[in-house]
Amino acid sequence: MGIGPAQSLLGAVRLTVKERDLSTSAELVAAVKEEMKAELAGPVTLARAETAPTIWLFVGVNGVGKTTTIGKLGKRLTDQGDRVVMAAGDTFRAAAAEQLGTWADRCGADLVRGEEGGDPSAVIFDAVSSAAAKGADIVLADTAGRLHNKANLMEELAKVRRVADKGDGTVTEVLLVLDATTGQNGLQQARQFTEATEVTGVVLTKLDGSAKGGIVFAIRSELGIPVKLVGLGETAVDLVDFNSDEFVDALFA
Amino acid sequence: MFESLSDRFDGIFTRLRGKGRLSEADVDEVLREIRMALLEADVNLEVVKALQERIRERAVGEDLSRSLNPALQVKKIVLEELTQTLGGETLRITYASKPPTVVLMAGLQGSGKTTNSAKLAKWFKAQGRNPMLVGADLQRPAAVAQLRTLAAQIDVPVFSASDEVVLSGVGDPVDVARAAVAEARRLGRDVLIVDTAGRLAIDAELMAQVRQISDEVQPDYTFFVVDAMTGQDAVSVAESFHATLELDGVILTKLDGDARGGAALSVKEVVGRPIAFASTGEKLEDFDLFHPDRLAGRILGEGDLATLIEKAEGAFEQDQAEEAAARLMDGTFTLEDFLDQMQALKKMGPLSGVMSMLPGVPKEVRDVEIDDRQIARVEGIIKSMTPEERSKPEIIDNSRRDRIAKGSGSSATDVTQLVNQFKQMRQMMQQMGGNKFAKRKAKKAKKGKKGGGRVTAKGPVQVDKKAFAFPTLEEMEAQLPGRGGSAGSETLP
Repeated sequence: MGIGPAQSLLGAVRLTVKERDLSTSAELVAAVKEEMKAELAGPVTLARAETAPTIWLFVGVNGVGKTTTIGKLGKRLTDQGDRVVMAAGDTFRAAAAEQLGTWADRCGADLVRGEEGGDPSAVIFDAVSSAAAKGADIVLADTAGRLHNKANLMEELAKVRRVADKGDGTVTEVLLVLDATTGQNGLQQARQFTEATEVTGVVLTKLDGSAKGGIVFAIRSELGIPVKLVGLGETAVDLVDFNSDEFVDALFA
Repeated sequence: MFESLSDRFDGIFTRLRGKGRLSEADVDEVLREIRMALLEADVNLEVVKALQERIRERAVGEDLSRSLNPALQVKKIVLEELTQTLGGETLRITYASKPPTVVLMAGLQGSGKTTNSAKLAKWFKAQGRNPMLVGADLQRPAAVAQLRTLAAQIDVPVFSASDEVVLSGVGDPVDVARAAVAEARRLGRDVLIVDTAGRLAIDAELMAQVRQISDEVQPDYTFFVVDAMTGQDAVSVAESFHATLELDGVILTKLDGDARGGAALSVKEVVGRPIAFASTGEKLEDFDLFHPDRLAGRILGEGDLATLIEKAEGAFEQDQAEEAAARLMDGTFTLEDFLDQMQALKKMGPLSGVMSMLPGVPKEVRDVEIDDRQIARVEGIIKSMTPEERSKPEIIDNSRRDRIAKGSGSSATDVTQLVNQFKQMRQMMQQMGGNKFAKRKAKKAKKGKKGGGRVTAKGPVQVDKKAFAFPTLEEMEAQLPGRGGSAGSETLP
């Protein structure tokens, strides 16, 4: 989870141990868990705009599961009666629009796509216009995976964020999709993506694997960004709201 | 913030200066710093412990009495140990006597298998081979479509199930793999690269499936594709894949990120097979044989000079750079040239990233917030100038200055500052350069090679600065508006 956050966590726990006069190791572990759960707890609702359409933007490095997450979220939303538009804002990756298109078909969402190699901002803007025209509720905007240390790509993403807001919809969530197997680099990812687009929440994916995703702790403590969703597999139903109790218990398992 | 091993050692070794041998206690302290550095770099804890022991053996009793720089000596040991662990043997591909040579790609979801299957195909083609790709990922939507699109770029055929089967989701990758081998023989393709679906190491069913695929195609090479930013979990994943498939090598991907890459070390320790290839970008040509010494330096946060040189050589056209430098030295360097240089510099990536690749750059310089937005602002100002203004900034009067300021969204003061600083720099370069550069240029012309140093296991070699032939980064950085002179100097060991 990061040496720094670990140290400050232990500092907090030391105080608790003193206050409550804890003595057994079981009590100690419980105290640590409690502290961590408190730190990670937070609202997991995804914000909606006052007037439709709401736009949720998905960002992150390559291969983390942005498109798949959109697919899952699309299903959740359409199941509860929302009208969803998916924007194929990844105009770089081969067959990215086809991939998102498959997910749109699976849940009955509309897909708006452009040419491969085209301008992602334009695709998303068009998707928002289309959503507004149709009276859709939510636009789920995919973006190309990009490494956060590439200045020109991050600039492009910042532009995407700005343009997305310019039309008829409002961006109410910028979700950073983070792979649970990522190590310390996850914190740097969070920093850079937040600087470019003001990340509002984290989707932690692939948590069904053996990786624990402890870096979200550092992301919360340093940047104040909460984890809102957790990905637990590759099918449409494998998406749950983040639960800090369960997460911390799993960390210690 | 992540400290490099150098930074960590700074404190300790100042105190140890003058001591002859390192005592056990001294070594313990040093080892503690090494451990922190490696953990921050995502090396698995167990692997770190094993490494620590090996380093301890070498370091205790190490005679530093003759050494002017004991920190450097210990760093060398650590670097050598890491390079040894990461490298050792290079994988040499030996082709099957009865074609095709079958290559199986396996790994977690999102590690880069599909992209790297295509990259590998391109690589084999460059070796004079006749590869065919197999789209055996029937799980991920549009995975086969992705492979087909990439393969078309390099004119390599793809074999997979039919589109209907792929879309229906009932296809069996084992069947596809089996049929692919037969097809490869029929078509006379001598290399077959099988892309598979990403799978969790703990997913028993899918691990059994990939085992089946492997049994079916009898791969000559099974490559484990690993994302360079993988954390502590790398070990258990590698162990599981190795137990299931008997890996022959590792392909490390997304090395163009800024993750230290410690996972590579963990995987290598556990699997004991060479890291064969390194993938350094999203394009198909961003793929090469792996260099253990470069990654060793990177893991320790020591900078990656060789990669930096490559990037620089890529971003700056050698002859353009020389011409620009010549103009700089004789005073005809223009703001247009400056703009070119800045744009080339931008291509290398964010300045902080570039700075981090320079070994020996003092902490104070590296930690300075190098604001790429400032560069963007300077660029904006120059772009708002007419070509005449760029080559003769003397003509910029108040009205021109105001126009430029308006056009670039900056203030009149910013514009004046930039022009003045540029004039100062030009004058300074003229005074500095003159004969010195003319001689250098003549010498280079005779040599006619690109130059550039290489980082070896013994540490970075003296870089041939002539290879650069344009203002150094500190010189340029020092000329950015708002910056003073250089905060430190780049020292190359």
